[in-house]
Amino acid sequence: MTLLITVFAAVISTALWYVKAPDSKMRLGTLSLMYWGASLMWLVDAVFEFVELKSEFFEPAPADMLNDAFLGLSAVALGLVVWIGIVLIKDPKNVIRGILVKK
Amino acid sequence: MACFLVPAAEAVVTTIVTRTVKKKEKELEAKLSEGTEVKSAEAPRIKLSEKLNWLNIMLWGGSLLLMLEHIWHGEVVPWFPFLTAASSAEETSAMLHEMATVGVCMALLVTAVWAGMVFAANAIVKRQAEPAEQDDKEYAV
Repeated sequence: MTLLITVFAAVISTALWYVKAPDSKMRLGTLSLMYWGASLMWLVDAVFEFVELKSEFFEPAPADMLNDAFLGLSAVALGLVVWIGIVLIKDPKNVIRGILVKK
Repeated sequence: MACFLVPAAEAVVTTIVTRTVKKKEKELEAKLSEGTEVKSAEAPRIKLSEKLNWLNIMLWGGSLLLMLEHIWHGEVVPWFPFLTAASSAEETSAMLHEMATVGVCMALLVTAVWAGMVFAANAIVKRQAEPAEQDDKEYAV
């Protein structure tokens, strides 16, 4: 579930990056690469788990699925927080710099 | 247990390499700016530091999100030794085994995907540059 949610986040952010490219200054590429990196790592985790559990891997308990879904959403939220932090620090549109200079 | 530490370690190395490469590229650019004719004759290409930056983001981002998972499962704690598996010799051995298998595979897969991205990006840039060169040839004829 965590892998699925992260893959969806990676695909959506990549599609948004593609739509806005090449003029976008919002660093959507950074966000999508972060999600792809995590997705690939969780994919490896899932493969190892599948090798260990075999068919049981596809029959998780509802409580485990819910917990994994919460984890996936939290991971997506953390990625968004890091991304917005990078955007604000780098200030690609000079918005913050402009506000501070005005003051 | 602590598989994310392997790609995180790779991220540290690639970040240092990126900074060194960036520094060298800046020095080269400064040299080239003296002879602008050489620079304009070069075909467009993506800087190595930019390509390395893609790998850095994937490794750092992935490691960070996986660290959240480990905190979530209580495998990483904010007190020494920070990894619960490091509390006993048996668990430490299992942790090291996981790092050597799952962790290394994670780092290898991310690096392999990045290599594929670089190959594809180079091919796209080359393809974009080729029609321009062909046009030049046609005009020359």
